[in-house]
Amino acid sequence: MSKGVAITGMGIISAIGNNVEENYMSLTESKIGISKISKIKTNHKDSIMVGEIAFTNKELEQQLNLSPNNNYSRTAFLGLVAAKEAVKNAGISNINNYKTGLISATSVGGMDKTEAYYYDYLEDKSTQKYIEGHHAGDSTQKIADQLGIEQSLVTTISTACSSAANAIMLGARLIKSGQLDRAIVGGADCLSKFTINGFKSLMILSDTYNSPFDENRKGLNLGEAAAFLVLESDKVVQAKNKPVLAYVKGYGNANDAHHQTASSENGEGATLAMQQALKVAKLSPSDISYINAHGTATGNNDLSEGRAILRVFENQIPDFSSTKAYTGHTLAAAGAIEAVYSILALQNNVIYPNLNFKTQMKEFSLTPQLKLKEKELQTVMSNSFGFGGNCSTLIFSKKQ
Amino acid sequence: MKKVYINSVCSISSQKTFDNSEFLDDIITYESNVIPVVNPNYKDYIAPAESRRMAKGVKMGVVASKIALNEANLDTVDAIITGTGMGCLRDSEKFLSALIDNDEQFLTPTSFIQSTHNTVGGQIALNLQCKSYNFTYVHSSISFESTVLDAKLMLENNEAQTILIGGVDEIGEYTITLHQLINHIKTEKIRTLEILHSKTKGAVFSEGANFFVLSNEKQASSYAEIVAIDTYNTLGNSKISDLAKAFLKDNNLDVESVDILILGNNGDVTYDGFYNELSSELFKSTQQVYYKHLCGEFMTASSFGVWLASKILKTQKLPEIVKLNNFKNSDYKTILLYNQYRGENHSFTLLRKC
Repeated sequence: MSKGVAITGMGIISAIGNNVEENYMSLTESKIGISKISKIKTNHKDSIMVGEIAFTNKELEQQLNLSPNNNYSRTAFLGLVAAKEAVKNAGISNINNYKTGLISATSVGGMDKTEAYYYDYLEDKSTQKYIEGHHAGDSTQKIADQLGIEQSLVTTISTACSSAANAIMLGARLIKSGQLDRAIVGGADCLSKFTINGFKSLMILSDTYNSPFDENRKGLNLGEAAAFLVLESDKVVQAKNKPVLAYVKGYGNANDAHHQTASSENGEGATLAMQQALKVAKLSPSDISYINAHGTATGNNDLSEGRAILRVFENQIPDFSSTKAYTGHTLAAAGAIEAVYSILALQNNVIYPNLNFKTQMKEFSLTPQLKLKEKELQTVMSNSFGFGGNCSTLIFSKKQ
Repeated sequence: MKKVYINSVCSISSQKTFDNSEFLDDIITYESNVIPVVNPNYKDYIAPAESRRMAKGVKMGVVASKIALNEANLDTVDAIITGTGMGCLRDSEKFLSALIDNDEQFLTPTSFIQSTHNTVGGQIALNLQCKSYNFTYVHSSISFESTVLDAKLMLENNEAQTILIGGVDEIGEYTITLHQLINHIKTEKIRTLEILHSKTKGAVFSEGANFFVLSNEKQASSYAEIVAIDTYNTLGNSKISDLAKAFLKDNNLDVESVDILILGNNGDVTYDGFYNELSSELFKSTQQVYYKHLCGEFMTASSFGVWLASKILKTQKLPEIVKLNNFKNSDYKTILLYNQYRGENHSFTLLRKC
């Protein structure tokens, strides 16, 4: 169980870019992807802002060379774009040369199609192909198929907004234990009326640009995205003499056991997740160079997470920021896109600014990183928390 | 590496299975294409106010987990891992139809909150005040197998000593209608005990919750050892028999050492061929067992198969109703389970008497 977990490839599509390079440019140039919604017809279009990906489904279908008869949800389109980039980036030619698994994450699954054709299904036969694409495992199964993964461990995790972080965690554990040589891990979620109205009914959607960790934060912006990492064992890295982007050093998952949707006042679950990740990584809090926070800009999350960070790091708080102001909250994909951002931070020795922050919260004196900062980074911690009390923390490092 | 044991079980299914002192003593036959579960008295386990807010799947999952924990004599566990192929369908349907019917107005968040796939896992944690590892797998017919795989990984490496796992899926009325439209569910009503002779497309659908406490410490009440589990997204260019042989070989076993083969046949004429290949060729002289005529098909129905295998190994009884042939009537040591759904997401699970 002392084996390393190398990251040898990554891919991403989000509101701030269609690949890794574009995302990095936007992050360093403070270019945000939040706008009025254009691709979904909703009554809330004037009262919400979202992080939408520019491509239409038709454009994605063409880019991916899929037959127009396909029954892809937007989740599957986005997932496939990111997974393909990750596999290409890792220089994989024959995917079944090594024991390769795929672990994806989604919360929306094929809901975009279900809500579009819910009653049409009964009348219009041409829409019925989407019925079997509703379930959460469907996009994963399609991605595996397109990547040519056969006879293999392919599964899906759905723990709300921590889903993709948990997919990365499982992939790392499977490699450490020797069950897989290679794991393609990540997540995808598209925007849907279902989630827009769900979060709207919870009254946690901001009508303007979200501002994580700010006293006057008004809630979150929903976003859509997908990102995948290629994790490989020491054996594969050595045999192929592969360049390693970073390592998955630590991971922790805990449950807040406080409320179905709200986080506890004292950030109990988040604290436990961060502590567990440090323990697995055999690091102390002072070893963390930067925290990419969950920071959704809801009243509840940022208070709970801030308190948890204070509990874990006490009076030595590392530089921290949330990148949700760029992308919106991409739900089940968030853990994966922020993993890509964490790895880019390590590679380039930069910390991204926490945009839109003006006023410190009154409950504590925490100010996130406000300007792009260049600094030698060794380790980055990334937090993802979700409904059901699910709290996950990953630690990425430059060195094994 | 430590061994992994099933220390307790609970099945809420279309048969009267939630009472662990019984073992398929009275069989209920249905004549339908969608069959319900036999409900335990939920009020014995959940306060009425709480129960009212819970959809069927959450109720079944919470109660099944309580019964399983009781039997293992535990107040809490080191991890909770659930699997659900379709998630909380009733609340999803409720929120979505309200959204569409009322043109995005007058929505309350309750059903949205409860529609999240990890609602059952979260509710169990909340009930037990269990702050440890909590995962939910949602990958069609291997959702439950993924929980076994994850728990096994943790227990073998001694990262946890006791883990609650379970598979749960609920019937959603509208989803049933939709799945009938595309022939995933039989359009005709059928006597459930005769599903294997239906010669029609689709399965008889149902719901259920099967929960287990797994541990790396055997106790007097233990049911079985989980020796191995493997899942396959596709068969690639191989036949299922080839994968079965390879799986057994990986575990230093041959076909003769399998005492019972438990198959997930659901009477879908299009896809039962995978099971028939194993039963008519490689395992033709092996005692064969099936179970979906009792519990119906749902994405985590294979967890009922694991419940059945556990009961057989512990009681050393093989109920007539599950037999596909008659080769062996005592001394059951090794059970191999095979399941797939619509030609994808195949799995082998190997259990041994402990």
